[in-house]
Amino acid sequence: MSAREQFLAEAAKRILITDGAFGTEIQRWKLSEADYAGDLGLSHDQKGNNDILALTKPEVPESIHRAYFEAGADIAETNTFSANRISQADYGAEHLVREINLESAKLARRLADEYQAKDGRPRFVAGAIGPTNKTLSLSPDVNDPGYREIDWDELVDVYREQAAALVEGGADFILIETVFDTLNAKAGIMAVRHLEAELGREVPIMMSMTLTDLSGRNLSGHTVEAFWHAVRHAKPVTIGLNCSFGATQLRPHVKTLSELADTLIMIYPNAGLPNELGAYDEMPETTAGFVGEWAVAGQVNVLGGCCGSTPDHIAAMAQKVAGLPPRHLPRLEPVTRLAGLEPFTMVG
Amino acid sequence: MTSIHSGARFVNIGERTNVTGSAKFKKLVMAGDYPAAIEVARQQVENGAQVIDVNMDEGLLDAVHAMTTYLKLITAEPDIARVPVMIDSSKWDVIEAGLKCVSGKPIVNSISMKEGVEPFLAQARKCMEYGAAVVVMAFDETGQADTRERKIEICSRAYQLLTGIGFPPEDIIFDPNVFAVATGIEEHDRYGLDFIEAVVEIRKACPHVHFSGGLSNLSFSFRGNETVRRAMHSVFLYHAIPAGLDMAIVNAGQLDVYDQIDPALREACEDVIMMRRPGVGEDGKTSTERLIELAESFKGKDTVAEKAAEEWRGWDVVKRIEHALVRGIDAYVVEDTEEARAAIQARGGRPIEVIEGPLMGGMNVVGDLFGSGKMFLPQVVKSARVMKKAVAHLIPFIEAEKDAGAKAKGRIIMATVKGDVHDIGKNIVGVVLQCNGYEVIDLGVMVPWSKILESANENDADIIGLSGLITPSLDEMVTVAEEMQRAEMTIPLLIGGATTSKVHTALRIDPAYKGPVVHVLDASRAVGVASQLLSDTQAEPFVASVANEYEKVRVAREGKGQSELLGIADARANALAPDFAQKPGAPLQPGLHVFADWDLEELVETFDWTPFFRAWELAGNYPAILDDEVVGESARSLFADAKAMLAKIVEEKWLTAKGVCAFWPAAAKGDDVIVGTGAMDPQVVYDAIQQGVHEGPDFVQLPFLRQQVKKSRGRANFCLSDFVDPAGDWLGGFAVGIHGIEPHLERFQAAHDDYSDILLKALADRFAEAFAERLHQHVRTKLWGYAPDEQFTNVALIREEYRGIRPAPGYPACPDHSLKPILFDLLKASDNAGITLTESQAMLPTAAVSGFYFGHPESQYFGVARIGRDQLEDYAERRDVDLAEAERWLRPNLD
Repeated sequence: MSAREQFLAEAAKRILITDGAFGTEIQRWKLSEADYAGDLGLSHDQKGNNDILALTKPEVPESIHRAYFEAGADIAETNTFSANRISQADYGAEHLVREINLESAKLARRLADEYQAKDGRPRFVAGAIGPTNKTLSLSPDVNDPGYREIDWDELVDVYREQAAALVEGGADFILIETVFDTLNAKAGIMAVRHLEAELGREVPIMMSMTLTDLSGRNLSGHTVEAFWHAVRHAKPVTIGLNCSFGATQLRPHVKTLSELADTLIMIYPNAGLPNELGAYDEMPETTAGFVGEWAVAGQVNVLGGCCGSTPDHIAAMAQKVAGLPPRHLPRLEPVTRLAGLEPFTMVG
Repeated sequence: MTSIHSGARFVNIGERTNVTGSAKFKKLVMAGDYPAAIEVARQQVENGAQVIDVNMDEGLLDAVHAMTTYLKLITAEPDIARVPVMIDSSKWDVIEAGLKCVSGKPIVNSISMKEGVEPFLAQARKCMEYGAAVVVMAFDETGQADTRERKIEICSRAYQLLTGIGFPPEDIIFDPNVFAVATGIEEHDRYGLDFIEAVVEIRKACPHVHFSGGLSNLSFSFRGNETVRRAMHSVFLYHAIPAGLDMAIVNAGQLDVYDQIDPALREACEDVIMMRRPGVGEDGKTSTERLIELAESFKGKDTVAEKAAEEWRGWDVVKRIEHALVRGIDAYVVEDTEEARAAIQARGGRPIEVIEGPLMGGMNVVGDLFGSGKMFLPQVVKSARVMKKAVAHLIPFIEAEKDAGAKAKGRIIMATVKGDVHDIGKNIVGVVLQCNGYEVIDLGVMVPWSKILESANENDADIIGLSGLITPSLDEMVTVAEEMQRAEMTIPLLIGGATTSKVHTALRIDPAYKGPVVHVLDASRAVGVASQLLSDTQAEPFVASVANEYEKVRVAREGKGQSELLGIADARANALAPDFAQKPGAPLQPGLHVFADWDLEELVETFDWTPFFRAWELAGNYPAILDDEVVGESARSLFADAKAMLAKIVEEKWLTAKGVCAFWPAAAKGDDVIVGTGAMDPQVVYDAIQQGVHEGPDFVQLPFLRQQVKKSRGRANFCLSDFVDPAGDWLGGFAVGIHGIEPHLERFQAAHDDYSDILLKALADRFAEAFAERLHQHVRTKLWGYAPDEQFTNVALIREEYRGIRPAPGYPACPDHSLKPILFDLLKASDNAGITLTESQAMLPTAAVSGFYFGHPESQYFGVARIGRDQLEDYAERRDVDLAEAERWLRPNLD
């Protein structure tokens, strides 16, 4: 059975759980610059380069993965949000991209297999790909709206390098997450297509959008529905929303997406909104209560957490949705779904 | 124009952005005039296009470049980018380049089997990978499909091939080729009908597909006879749409309403297109010959060109006035007001009734729309401009009458307090109140408390409203409140302005005055507050509830455990110890630099627009705000007006940007920084400071304040002096101002144009900020030159990603406004940049920025926040002022 088939089989039985935040968990280790840097001999300050811990302090991501598996997660997302050449260049570590992704995926794979061996329940590894800090559809120069900091072919290459290493390390899926620019996400899809051509096999995609305003648009201006139209060709295993705001603010958009998408819905919100001090203080039971409502309403297939969430949040969610039936996939009419920033449907 | 499709599922494709179809668009693109070319797309969407067709296939154009440039530019226009794009080219490389720029799901137009099956499928696969629907031309290796049978054969084959590789059938749009009819060649007679019949058959054979066609070919033989061409297109669509045609590339101006086509012409078109009378008729002519004959009589007529007058101008005068007020159209308001006045006079009425009737009626509609969030501030201010013009027209008539004067809802005195010169917010509140029927007496800026009280008494005012932007104004407001109490006044006092807050009002102002004191958060609340305060029934409960709320604030404040303060000695022991090996070198160009007239156009390029929108109470960040669901439309309109005014400011040189900056050898000494101002060698300056012999006119002491709030996680207690090396370093200072605004403001005020008045002030502020940012950059790269190679985009500059800071006296890192005179003396800012200070240390002209330059890479902005009595006493001593004065300047930072 392929990873896609196995995942769909599990998702047909129950609501699956993905993991929670890495960034805020890593902060709790209060690591020093030296901890991050290890003995790699890099010229830049590595503090805050969470992804490089796979090479310099792998016990940190390992312990976080373990905590999430213990909390009940079915999926481990690799700690590779910024492990692409563009983001790593800020740390002078772009030559380590392959190694970081490879080691991160291997680590997640090893632990997933270990937990699966313990209780027989399948565990999955999603190779996480962040949006990078460059955008294909916005100009950073207000006076030159046609200017772009990066072009499509470059970004496709950047993503392909990362995806290849993640798959080599044992990732089941490529998770294109926190999509603030829909065109970046489309370049990510193209990168995976290139990789599939090289490998001669399917590399299933998971896709997650992030909203930047309460009206339900991402930074490139796409509504949830327009985004779905624009990426549906990826035939993603899951489509969903992550980060953005807390669960309460996501509620209407989860409903919209749930009604639109003929694939699994995966939602992993932040643990509420940050307080005045920038800290997330929503209690695990509170978050679990919110996402539990979606589960009861039959709107979700996979749940988890983003910024500020902890293993306690994931455990509370797992407990909350245990035994609840997963969402049924809607059957969509074969009509033409186009999109600008807004969706446009041509009836058949 | 396209009402023949109403209710149908027909897709309206904008086709004017096509160089092969629009001579105007082609001209614009060839000339590289992309801004105008973008407007073409905007008009298409505004006129109802649901998809925009973009085609750059012109032999003299670099089509790849033109296509990608254009697509990227329209991506930045949310009101265009909201619809999907059709990437239209006969060249695959142009299409693929376009696919790399389009973020939604576009349509590719087109691919075909012209070059064989393999390239066709390769392109189709690419379309799947990019995520695009595709137009497939009925074309194969042997040529274009002309007959019904060929169209069906090619399309069916293409369908089998495409679905065979997993192409979604609903993403296939067939173009079975519309060819010219009535050419005189008999084989062409069936082309129209063949197309329609083929669509019916293909639709049966190929589930879920769509159909498109380029219409202009059909009528090609009638070039120059637009009436006939329009009729032919409309007749064709009338029959083809029910058959299954979903979309057509046609100029909406090239269509008629089917029912309104001349019946004889329509008949002749149907005969030709639908082959209703094949062969030669009784009159010895073919259908084609009859149409050609008939066409002669329609040459040169163009009914559509009769441009309809603006519909609303035909409405009755009351509706016209309301429309003008709601839309902010001032072009006709004087003539409409006069018409209303004359009508009222004719039936024995008085001129004031025009205000009480139609004008107030219209403003009430505006008020309701604003109150319910359907109109936004810039629109309301525009409405007020229309209102003011109308009222100005009526005033002579009203004054000619005795005993006139409508009773306003209330009379409100408004003033920016003594020492403060900022009035944009106050003016906005004034306009909003006036729009809602209040009489506003605006005393202007820098108004002493005595004048405020005097004016309130003389005018029998119902409310006093105070405004201020800088922190010393908070104290001045307390003074006004105390004086009102002393005068035993009882009318309500409203407090507003950027630095005011509910907390400050509750803690400091409310206790000073026994009458009602209300903090008004923004202009939109002003009307609600005023109406409640002046209501017979609501005033008492409202006042009681506000008083109760402020009491709660005070209690909460008292009970609140405040953050722990360190003693000043401990705070100093926890000072930042930066690595002074990293300190900047000596300036490349030391001394004082005067800029008498900085290029305005260059400053426009570095504008930070976000605060501009905030000044208008439009929340959101630029440029995202332009696409905001709620305020986007309003923001765009404001932005367009601002751009138009900017062009005039630059072109006609309304304003002059003057500035000065200087660098001095300096060394930190405790929390002070001592600078040497004479012509001494820097080392001599450093030695003197270290030996404590820095008395006399060649040295200036700059005392700074240190954070005392206890820090966790090893964070330092910052003071600006920490960024300067005690062993010898450099410090800079600057002041910039925007001059010349007054004559223009006078002009606007004379024209009753508050909107332009506020707009110009807000833009002047942007110029001042941009000048400060640009000068800082010039300092970093050239004058001081410690970062000669920095390269930042405007966005990065706005985010202050560069090295070094420019804190200003009166802002959080350096909260004491009274350092400004010292800085200004150092810079001779009055002589060199024409900037002076009020007694509260506000700068004149109002659009001005000043501050110190710190160049150390670890220097950063911070807030001094709350300080203890010990530092206050120490500071008074260092500043050599008495304690009471120090307390007055530092009150916002004291308990």
